[in-house]
Amino acid sequence: MSADTAPLSSLPPVKGNFLGRLPVLKQLRQSVGLQRGMLVTGLVITALFLLVALFAPVIAPYGFAQLRDDSGAFGAQQPPSAQHIMGTTVGGYDVFSRVIWGAQTAVMVIVFAVVFSIIAGILLGLVSGYLGGWLDRVLVVIGDAIYAFPSLLLAIVLSIVISGGQSNLWGGIIAAALSITVVFIPQYYRVIRAETIRIKAEPYVESAKMLGASTSRIMFRHVLRNATRTLPIIFTLNSSEAILTLAGLGFLGFGIEPTAAAEWGYDLNKALSDVTSGIWWTALFPGLAIVLSVLGITLVGESLNDLADPRLRGRKRVKVKSGAVSETSVDRTLPSDEDILEENA
Amino acid sequence: MTTSLLPTDAPSVVAPKPKSAGGGLGRYLLIRFLLIFPTIFILVTLVFLLMRTIGDPITAAQGGRLTADQLAERIHAAGYDRPVLVQYFEYLGQVFTGNFGNTISDNRPVTEVLVTYGGATLELAFYALIVAFIVGIPLGMLAAYFRDRFPDAVLRIFAILCYATPVFFAGLLLKLIFSVWLQWLPVAGRASTRTELNMQSLPNKTGIYLIDAISLGSPAAIGDVLAHAVLPGIALGLLTAGVFLRLVRTNVIGTLGTDYVDAARSRGVSEFRLVRKHAYKPALIPIITVIGLQIALLLGGAVLTETTFEWKGLGFQLAAYLGARDFVAVQGIVALLAVFVAVTNFVVDVIAALIDPRVRY
Repeated sequence: MSADTAPLSSLPPVKGNFLGRLPVLKQLRQSVGLQRGMLVTGLVITALFLLVALFAPVIAPYGFAQLRDDSGAFGAQQPPSAQHIMGTTVGGYDVFSRVIWGAQTAVMVIVFAVVFSIIAGILLGLVSGYLGGWLDRVLVVIGDAIYAFPSLLLAIVLSIVISGGQSNLWGGIIAAALSITVVFIPQYYRVIRAETIRIKAEPYVESAKMLGASTSRIMFRHVLRNATRTLPIIFTLNSSEAILTLAGLGFLGFGIEPTAAAEWGYDLNKALSDVTSGIWWTALFPGLAIVLSVLGITLVGESLNDLADPRLRGRKRVKVKSGAVSETSVDRTLPSDEDILEENA
Repeated sequence: MTTSLLPTDAPSVVAPKPKSAGGGLGRYLLIRFLLIFPTIFILVTLVFLLMRTIGDPITAAQGGRLTADQLAERIHAAGYDRPVLVQYFEYLGQVFTGNFGNTISDNRPVTEVLVTYGGATLELAFYALIVAFIVGIPLGMLAAYFRDRFPDAVLRIFAILCYATPVFFAGLLLKLIFSVWLQWLPVAGRASTRTELNMQSLPNKTGIYLIDAISLGSPAAIGDVLAHAVLPGIALGLLTAGVFLRLVRTNVIGTLGTDYVDAARSRGVSEFRLVRKHAYKPALIPIITVIGLQIALLLGGAVLTETTFEWKGLGFQLAAYLGARDFVAVQGIVALLAVFVAVTNFVVDVIAALIDPRVRY
C-alpha cells in the first residue's frame, strides 16, 4: 500500500477477458505456487463461512436460544454427545447451534460495519484530498488521533453510547457495526485521500478541468474510479478485524443478549469459568469459529496485498514456464519508470 | 497514465508538504511535540461528547437504586445539570491540570486508579513485548531466508494465526492446557496470595510485581511472579509477534534486493549471512515505528488479557467499571490512556528520528 509502488501498479492492467479482470479473479490468475495456495485456501474458508452464515437455519439442529426439545431440557455443561455434538453451555444452550448461528451475526456486523465505513471514509477522503485547505488539515489530524488510539477502547465507548451496553438483535448488530465503523473510517480515509492527491495531478484531471467539468463530476467520475484500487485489500483486512472487535466487545459483556442472537465473544466470556474446571467444549468451538473465519478472510486479504506489491509477489520460475511471465508480473514490454526518467534526462 | 508524466512535473505531483522545506532534527522534534496537544485535545473532546450524549453518568450508574429526588440532588451536586458547554470547559480545565475526576462507584480519583493499576498493565505489556521480540524477529528473518518455500508458508500461516486468534481465546486455550490439564502454571492472578502479602510489607512498592519481588530479595517470590506472568505474556505477546514476523519478513526481503546486499552477495557472502548480518539491521527501523502503533493494540489487548487471567491492571479495572456502569471512571481511564498513547507515540517517533535521518523530513 506504500506510495512508492503506485506508479508500477497503475500501468495498464494485464489484458484478459472480463472475468479475468474482476478484483479477486485477476489476482487468482496472477498468483503462483504458495501464494495461490494461500489465496485459494482463504477463499475456500471464507466461502464456507458465508455459506454457514447463509444456511444457518438449515444447518443448526436447534435455535440459538433453545433450551429444550421434545425429550426435555438440554441440561447445562453436558459433554459432547450424539444429541449435542459439541456439548451444551453453562446456560444450557447447544454449543454447535450457537457456533453456526454466530456466523450469521458476524456476517451481518461485517456487512454493516464495512459498508458504513467505506461510504464515510471514501466521501471524507475524496473531499479532503481533492479540495485540500484547512478542512484537509483538520481531518488529517482527527483521523490520525483516532487511528493511533486503541480501537477496542473506542469501540467500547461507542457501544456504551449507542446501545447502553446491552441490546436486542438489530440494536446490538447496528451498535457493534457503528462502533467498529468509527475505528475503520480513518483507514479508508487515509488511503483514499492519498490516492486522490496523487490522481488530482494527473493530466486527465487537468483535461477534464479544461473542458469545464464540475468539481463533483471530476471527484466522482475521474478521481473516485481510479482511487479505489486498494479498497479490496482494506475491505478484507477490515472484515477480519470487525469479527475480532465484535468478539472482543462480546467478551467484555457488550455483546448481544444470548436470547437475541448467538455471538462467539459472549459465549467465550461465559466459558471463562468453565475452563478452570476443565470444561473445554464451551470455549474451544466458538473460539475455533472465530479463528477460522478470521484466518480465511485474512488469507485472502494478505494474498491480495502481496500480489499488489511487486516486491512481494511470487514469481514463476522461468525455467519451468518461460512463456507466461507477462501474466504473472507487471508487463515488461512496457518501459519502466526508470527507463522513462532516463530517456527524458 | 503515470508513464506520460514528465520528470519536471514530479515535484508538484507530490502531496503539498507544508513542513517539508528545510528543517533539522530540532525543528522536527518541536513540531512533533506540538502535535501531541491537538491529538490529546481531539480524543478527550471526542470521548467527553460521546459520553455526554447518553445523559448524565449518575443516572446511568445509580438509576435504579435512588429515588428521583436523591438522584436530582446528586446530579445537581456534581454539576451535571449545567449546560454541556460549561461542563466541557470545566472538564478541559481539569484535564489540563491532571484531574480526571472521581469514580462514581467507589469515589476514588481516576489518577489514583491509574497509579495503582497502571504498573500491572505496564508489566504485562513489557512481558508481551519481550515475547513478541523473541518470537517475531528471528522467525521473520527465517521466513525471509526461506522466501516462497515451505518454511516460509508455515511461518506466514503462523503469523496470520497469531493475528486471527483473539487474545482471550489464546489465553483460554493456554490456561486449559498448561494450568488445568498439565498443572504446570497458575490459572490466574499476578502472584500467589503469600507472595502478595509479603510484598505488602515492602516500604516503597512500585506496583510492578517483578521489581517488588526482586527488592524483596526472595527467589521464591521472583519465581512465583514469573510463573504467573508466563501465560498472560504469551497470550498477549503472540498477537504482536505475528505483526513483527510479517514486518521483518517484508523488510528483509526488501533490503535483500538492494545494491549493497547485491554487492556483498557478489563477493561470495552466503545467503544466510546476508540475512543475518547485512539485511536485517535496516529492516528493524520500521519496527520501531510500528511499536508506536502496537502500544495502542497492546493496550486494547491488555484489557482482554487481563480479564481472561484476572490480572488486576487497568484493563481489568476498566472492565469492572464498565460492568458497574461507572462511566466517569471509564471516561477518565480512556482519556488518560489517550494521553499515554499520544506521549508514547511521540517518544517512539523521536527515537525513530534519532536512528533514521530519513524520518526528519
